[in-house]
Order: sequence, then structure tokens, then C-alpha cells
Amino acid sequence: MPELSNAAPARQATLAQLGMELRLTARRGENLFVIVVLPLILLIFFALVPALTPNTPKPIDFLLPGILALAVISTSLVNLSIATAFERSYGVLKRLGGSPLPRAGLVAAKIGAVIVVEVLQVALLTGVAVALFGWAPGAGASIAVVIAAFGLGTLAFGGLGLLMAGTLRAEGTLAAANGLFLVFLLLGGVILPVDHLPGLLADLARVLPASALSDAYRIGLGSASGDALPSLLVLLGWGAIASLLAARSFRWE
Amino acid sequence: MTVAGGPSAPAVLVSDLRKVYAGRAVVDGLSFRIETGSVFAILGPNGAGKTTTVEILEGYRHRDGGQVSVLGRDPATAGAELRGRVGLMLQGGGIYPQARPREILRLYARFYRHPRNPDELLEQAGLADVARTRYKVLSGGQKQRLGLALALLGRPELAILDEPTAGMDPAAKASTRELIATLRSEGTTVLLTTHELADVEQMADAIAIVDRGRIVAAGTPAELASGAAPRLRFRLERALDAPELAALGRALGGGTVRADRGPGAYLVDGLDSTPSLVLALAAWCAERGLLVAELRTTGATLEERYLALTAERVLDA
Repeated sequence: MPELSNAAPARQATLAQLGMELRLTARRGENLFVIVVLPLILLIFFALVPALTPNTPKPIDFLLPGILALAVISTSLVNLSIATAFERSYGVLKRLGGSPLPRAGLVAAKIGAVIVVEVLQVALLTGVAVALFGWAPGAGASIAVVIAAFGLGTLAFGGLGLLMAGTLRAEGTLAAANGLFLVFLLLGGVILPVDHLPGLLADLARVLPASALSDAYRIGLGSASGDALPSLLVLLGWGAIASLLAARSFRWE
Repeated sequence: MTVAGGPSAPAVLVSDLRKVYAGRAVVDGLSFRIETGSVFAILGPNGAGKTTTVEILEGYRHRDGGQVSVLGRDPATAGAELRGRVGLMLQGGGIYPQARPREILRLYARFYRHPRNPDELLEQAGLADVARTRYKVLSGGQKQRLGLALALLGRPELAILDEPTAGMDPAAKASTRELIATLRSEGTTVLLTTHELADVEQMADAIAIVDRGRIVAAGTPAELASGAAPRLRFRLERALDAPELAALGRALGGGTVRADRGPGAYLVDGLDSTPSLVLALAAWCAERGLLVAELRTTGATLEERYLALTAERVLDA
């Protein structure tokens, strides 16, 4: 007898929650630092000082796809996991779970907020690359590959983020997310090409989702030639496993 | 499917509820019934199993045994439909530290088809002045009142309030009790837990006193208080010294007169409150020119009953 209940339609509740997620993200200074300021600094600094970055043909051509990958990591892994872990420890998730907002609606709102933020990151970082460094997509650019990389990258890193947030303590998630961010920055082909790493480290880096995402972006944006499929499959594998584990192990309180 | 509630169906029906944590029965065979439109209090010391019980009713925890019906539904399997009919106030808030009271009420209002007006609710809860203040800098009492406002936002048929007056100053407690009385007059069923006797004395239609996961007494506040024999209590205009107390005891016919709470307040142990006992007391005072400022022959207070029922537990703690 749904007419007895005062519960709003799931879509209305989910959209309201999505708005709240975005407002809170904008309000937390530490979030803005990691999702806006840090990628922007890295992009501008290494475009001006291309000590580590190869010319393909310009440093910005190598750099922008890498920083776009880092932006996905900062939002769907770092920001999502830390915010969610603290919400869990403050009992926010429990309180929401007792409201008419369905749990699927809460998850959808979080994913939606991540996607909105990532789209804004793409616009900002690409805009800066175009305006300051004259970036343009390369010859073989494919919007389909870019969108697939964006979606599968969000799935992989968002899955990892929620896996941590739902199982570790908030402080543990904070440390792990920042640690992984550093690992992915160094080994993810973001600024430094994976080929420049010593053998064993390079082999490790190639199976990590970060290098798969930056490689897929490079192919999609025409900075590199080759088949994007292996990289996309790596992302899909990480995404499927991490999301499945997160869904099974997530503790709401 | 559960049977839809008729007019006489209880709002909540719990029978032989059990919950075991690590081999210990935290809820050990609880049974109670909450009539629609009444205020029901679960009273008990910390650790008695109150929160575990309400969290089972709220759908947060699964029971290990027994039957539970909330508005005719089983909370273990009911979804958003039931959550749209039940308002919750949790211990510890569960609100974003960076969120503001008005904004959080507006968010939750969007979860309901016909919510109360968030601004009016802020006013009623005494939060209008801090409507735009971040949650983390609110006082404990303000956080509690926001939690209560959230519970009422969806015009619930049943409000489940876990320790609604904890951490509040006396004025906030009084306005909270008023708010709950208003709810009751609107026909909302209220289930609250508390360890504060003033809450139940002033608000509850029915009480279950719970200790170590079991109901040790249940009834209306008056029924529970009358469970002990009536005793004579009185207050004199000045305090008595020890010889006077002994003399008064003899004059009353062998009872023990001992101090009650407050200066000059006494109660008589070991004697029934009879008209002749009252006469003897008045006569003894009249001889000494002492005025009896107050005199009561009521039964035990709810507090005495409660402390007696949970005494063992209090001593353990």
C-alpha cells in the first residue's frame, strides 16, 4: 500500500541527495585542494618545467591525459572514499539509511556527484591546457575511447574508494587514500612515463588501473597511437572486482 | 504479507524478542505492545538493551528470535515504504558536520511527499537562530533538537526517539517534552527510550522498565509507582536533630523517621499510612509549635520503584 507511505519517489530523493553531495564537496576546502588545486598545479608546473615529461610532440600532449587520469583518481578514489568513510563514522550513512531515501539512491547520488565533479575537472583542466599551452587533440583522437576511459576509470577508482570507505576506519581510509594517490601519481604514467621506471616497477605499474587510465586517455586524445582496448579491459577488471567486493563488504555503520 | 492494521491494531507489537551478541543475550525475551496514538517509554539503565531493541524496530538490526510488527510490517524486510511512515531520532545525530540545520531539514524534506515545513519546524525546535550555523559548532542540546526535528519532518505515524532529552539543558528538555506532547495530541504514536524518570513521568502513557534485556515491570506511571506500599512523607519548617527524630519515631508508635530529599523533609519507614498516624504526627508537631509545611501519603514515587527494580544493576556498575 504505497499510498499509505509519505516516502517521496526514489528519483526525487536521489536528486536531492545528489545536490547535497555537491554542496558539501564544494564546502570542504580539503576536497577542493585535492580535486582542483593539486591537478592544476601539477599540470601548469610540469608543462612549464618539462623535466620528466616527454615531448609527444609537446609536453602538454603527454601531460594533459595524465592529469585528467589523476583528476579521476582524486575525485572517485580520494575524495569519495574519505568523505564516505567519515560519513560512516559520524553515523550519517546510518541516519540516511533510516530515511525514505533508498540505499541504491544514496549510492546513485554519490556516483552522480563524482561524475559531475569529474566533468567540471575535465572542462577546467582542458580549458587551461588550451588557453595557456595551446593544446589541441591529436590526429587519432576518439571521443568514444575518452568516454569509455572516463566511465571505466570512475568505476575502477570509485569501486576501490568505496571498498576502503566501507571496510576501514575513517582514519585508515584517509591514510590509504592519500598513499594510493601518491603511488598512482608516481607509477601511473601521470607525469613520468611508465617506460622510464625500472623493470620490475614498470611491470607492476602496467597492471595498475592508473597507468591503464592514463594510457587510454592518451590514445583517446590522440597523444599516443595504438589499441585502447587492453587498457580499457584492465580498467574494467579492476572496476568489476572492486565494485563487487565493495558491494559485498560495505558496512553502513 | 502482514495483515493491514485495523483501528484497534497496535502500532508496535513485540513478542519474545531476542538478540544475542557474542553469546550474551542483550535482549532476552522482550514482549510489549504499543497502542496507536500513545506515548510508550522504555526506561532502563545504560546497557539495559534499550537501543538494541529500538534498532531492531527501526530495521537497523536483525533479531535472533521473536516476532516484531511495526505499523503492521516486519521492519527486517520492509523498505522505504515503512521508512516513510516512521520518524527516527538516533543517538549521536548522524548529520554531516559541515551541514546547516535549515539545509539538512530541506534535504530530508525532499525525501517525503508531504513533509512538515522545515522553517516552521526550526522555529518550533528553537533552532531558528542557528538555522545557518554548521552542525559541528552547535551545542549538544541544539544537535539533539535538530535530531528530533528530523524525526518529525515526515509527519510520521510512529516516532521512535532514542534518548530524546539526553544532553539537553532543563529548558530544552521542557520544550522537547512539550513537542512530544504536541505530537501525541496530533495522534502520532511515540516510542522513546530514556534513563530519565522525569521524561516518563511527564510524557508516557505506558512504560516498560527494562534491565539486562528483560522487562522487569510494565504499566502506566501511576501503576508502577503504586507497586510499593504507601508511606507517609512530610516536610517541616525546620530540620530535626537526632534525639527529636528518635522521639518522633516513638510518638508515632515505633516507626523509623528518616530524612527524605530536601531540608526538613522526612519519611516514615515501617508503618502504614493511616489517619491515626497522621494525627499522631500533627499532635507531636503541635506540642513543639512546629508547622507541617507539606504532607503526603501517596505510594512510592516512580523513582523509588525504578531504583528498587534496577538496584542490583546500579550496584554492579
